[in-house]
Amino acid sequence: MKLDPNQKLDIKELLQDLDKYEPRRRGWHWRDGRNEKRTVGDFEYLETSESLKNSVPLPGSRGFGYIDPQPDCVVTTEIASGRFEDDLRRMRMAAWHGADHIMVIRTAGQSHIDSLLEGTNQGIGGIMVTRKQVRASRKACDLIEDEVGRPINFHSYISGVAGPDVAVMFAEEGVNGAHQDPQYNVLYRNINMVRSFADACEAKKIMAWAGILQIDGAHNANATAMQAWKVMPELMVQHGINSMFSRKVGIKPENIALSTVPPTAPPAPCMRLDLPYAVALRDFFKEYKMRAQQNTKYMESDTREAAVTHTMNMMISRLTSADIQSTITPDEGRNVPWHYNNIAALMTAKQSLTGMDGLREMVKIDREGPLGKEVRELKERAILFMEEILEVGGFFKAVQDGFFIDSGKYPERNGDGIAREIEGGIGYGFVYERDEDYFAPVSVHYGYNNIPKQFTKASDAIGGDTFEDRSKIVYIDELDEFDNVNKRLEENAKYYDTNLVKPEVEWRADGTILMNIFLPLDERTAEFAAMKCAEKMGLDDITVVHKQVMHPSEGTYVEVKGKVNFDIDVNELVIPEKVEVLSQAEIRQEIQEKPMFVVAATVGQDEHSVGMKETLDIKHGGIEGFGIKYDYLGTSCPVEKLVDAAIETNADAILMSTIITHDDVHIKNMKKVSDLCIEKGIRDKVMIICGGTQVTNEIAVEAGLDAGFGRGSHGIDVASFMVKRRREMNK
Amino acid sequence: MKRADDFEQRRAHLANLSDEQLYEKFWNLAEQIVDPLLELGRKNTTPSIERSVLLRMGFSSIEVKPIVEGVMNKGLMGKGAGNVVWRLSEKLGVSVREAGLELANGKHWDDVDKLF
Repeated sequence: MKLDPNQKLDIKELLQDLDKYEPRRRGWHWRDGRNEKRTVGDFEYLETSESLKNSVPLPGSRGFGYIDPQPDCVVTTEIASGRFEDDLRRMRMAAWHGADHIMVIRTAGQSHIDSLLEGTNQGIGGIMVTRKQVRASRKACDLIEDEVGRPINFHSYISGVAGPDVAVMFAEEGVNGAHQDPQYNVLYRNINMVRSFADACEAKKIMAWAGILQIDGAHNANATAMQAWKVMPELMVQHGINSMFSRKVGIKPENIALSTVPPTAPPAPCMRLDLPYAVALRDFFKEYKMRAQQNTKYMESDTREAAVTHTMNMMISRLTSADIQSTITPDEGRNVPWHYNNIAALMTAKQSLTGMDGLREMVKIDREGPLGKEVRELKERAILFMEEILEVGGFFKAVQDGFFIDSGKYPERNGDGIAREIEGGIGYGFVYERDEDYFAPVSVHYGYNNIPKQFTKASDAIGGDTFEDRSKIVYIDELDEFDNVNKRLEENAKYYDTNLVKPEVEWRADGTILMNIFLPLDERTAEFAAMKCAEKMGLDDITVVHKQVMHPSEGTYVEVKGKVNFDIDVNELVIPEKVEVLSQAEIRQEIQEKPMFVVAATVGQDEHSVGMKETLDIKHGGIEGFGIKYDYLGTSCPVEKLVDAAIETNADAILMSTIITHDDVHIKNMKKVSDLCIEKGIRDKVMIICGGTQVTNEIAVEAGLDAGFGRGSHGIDVASFMVKRRREMNK
Repeated sequence: MKRADDFEQRRAHLANLSDEQLYEKFWNLAEQIVDPLLELGRKNTTPSIERSVLLRMGFSSIEVKPIVEGVMNKGLMGKGAGNVVWRLSEKLGVSVREAGLELANGKHWDDVDKLF
């Protein structure tokens, strides 16, 4: 199976022969070509990696020849729709936008299930992580990485009461990264601490064998703490405990990543609070990797605000370091991530990281000033925290005494930490001491193992385990007759490989759309008026997902989601045919034989000049390159002056540019130029062409012009049109 | 517990340490905290560890559950669930897979007592 950029991913084909699918590799992959200077387009970059074979560049790249430089760090996207078949399509879109670390969130409550799960049941806020779903996802990632030309890391969670079970399955299925931190189990999932740490030993040993990159769970302390900026010393302690614990089990430091979040966000003076913490952390953890997560603690429903906070987070990544840059979708404060918000987050990351490329060459962290003092203090506070853990009798006792997630900045304590009982929690009582003749006949195992003397290694007793002989893995397809991917595909068959389509944000044909509405009303009235708007537009399941007061009485901005209850038949759409563009050679030859002269200007009170210059200028592939001569009259040019210039120079065409659309001034100016030409008797001799971001061919033609060119048009489009139109006019 | 920020008093013994000494101290303390936790993992086992052993011996997630539950009921977790299956296969002269499936189907549990 191979992907074609012009074809949708065929889920049914993907699911075929899954029982025989083998992952192509094990272990984590860092981006290739880091730490070397690279020229992309007109620029030299200091912090990039190899470019992609297929990708979607940033919108702003239009002005730079559509370059798409890829940052040096691995970039993460988190997907949580609950239906893996829909996640796979999103993974593909994400990879085209630069994601090479795809994390799938687990369905709510999976960490409390004392077993592996099987099948493809629909999840809540994530998928049920099962062998089939993992295998299908890894298979899809294999196809997608071939399409974009960069290895993709697939990631999920090894936590809960089935940690070692999940670790085995992940190792067998070629999962590349996983969260594993027993402290997370204890503090947030109330899983018995003894059980959690014993399980973690085995899980980590398996991860070490499989080369799985580990991410810890300390960022949760930040998200849970009452005042996140006070929890910094404790964050360092949690990172330290899991890192040292993992290392001593056998994970290489380069496969141990800290999940670190800039703890606070505006309107707090967050850079001044977060930067010393980032520096202190990187000092103490210089042997380990930094997975820079984005702040979620102070995230509300405003996607714009989230994007700004995340950009500031990435400034910290660029000023210090990040081996993995995670992204949080800007809609996480209102719903589980939607397709295009995963992409939005990835674009924010790519935009920020490439924009701040090489910043440290010019801007240095000043350790002499207050930052140095703050760094030192954070380190000392963390050390004091650890000293007290040992004083009270160790980690378990400290957890029992509520040391963790206390809102005080250690050593201050507010007595509101999360306390757990050593003899309590889920899974309590299920820890068994190994006897002298304990034996585990497997190739990878942590701790005491009394291997019978006749064997050189433990797994010889069984002729090799699944890590040595894949054919021993038992693959289970489905367990639930009603809740599975085949049923879901059947139910939605109408929308697979047919001419019918429905808008969607999470699942195929979910019908959800989002509307942006401004109402000149106070907040509460606006909310209900917005819902009424959606109702009158015929939407179902209407919810206001965001509102922002502009002024207590003058107005409120509201975002409303709802579901459409119709299908679109793409066969019934009237799509104007795409204009065929003449070849460069053909245009050049015709202009050589019969020269062409045009007058050009941005009309009205409009100072925009970039679009017009790009259309004209030879450097940007403008019409000059085809031999067309022009007279450029500049910006804010009165329409009369432009028409007069056309008369004086006996021009073949008038090229007018208009960006400002306020009160339809762009359309009014188009009409004015056309009317003036008629009045002066030259309309049948001169072509009138308008360009601008909000211009379409339809608007221009309606206003009486020959053609209009909008977003994404190039000089060749205009030149080709003029050559063809002149042929028609001379007939 | 509630306590005011007494950082200035507490830090007295750290005040004169160099940055390198502070680094060493942090990791030294981390090691002291995790060592007993590692020891705990070294000498104990759990149902999930034993299930993970059986998975690697070639059993499915559905098959491993009843085997580990049976081993717990028999009070033989200290021997290792994989060990029980392996010893049973030796005793019965059948493959490890066959022995495990028999146990998962509720058979031979009386023989299991005599394996150790």
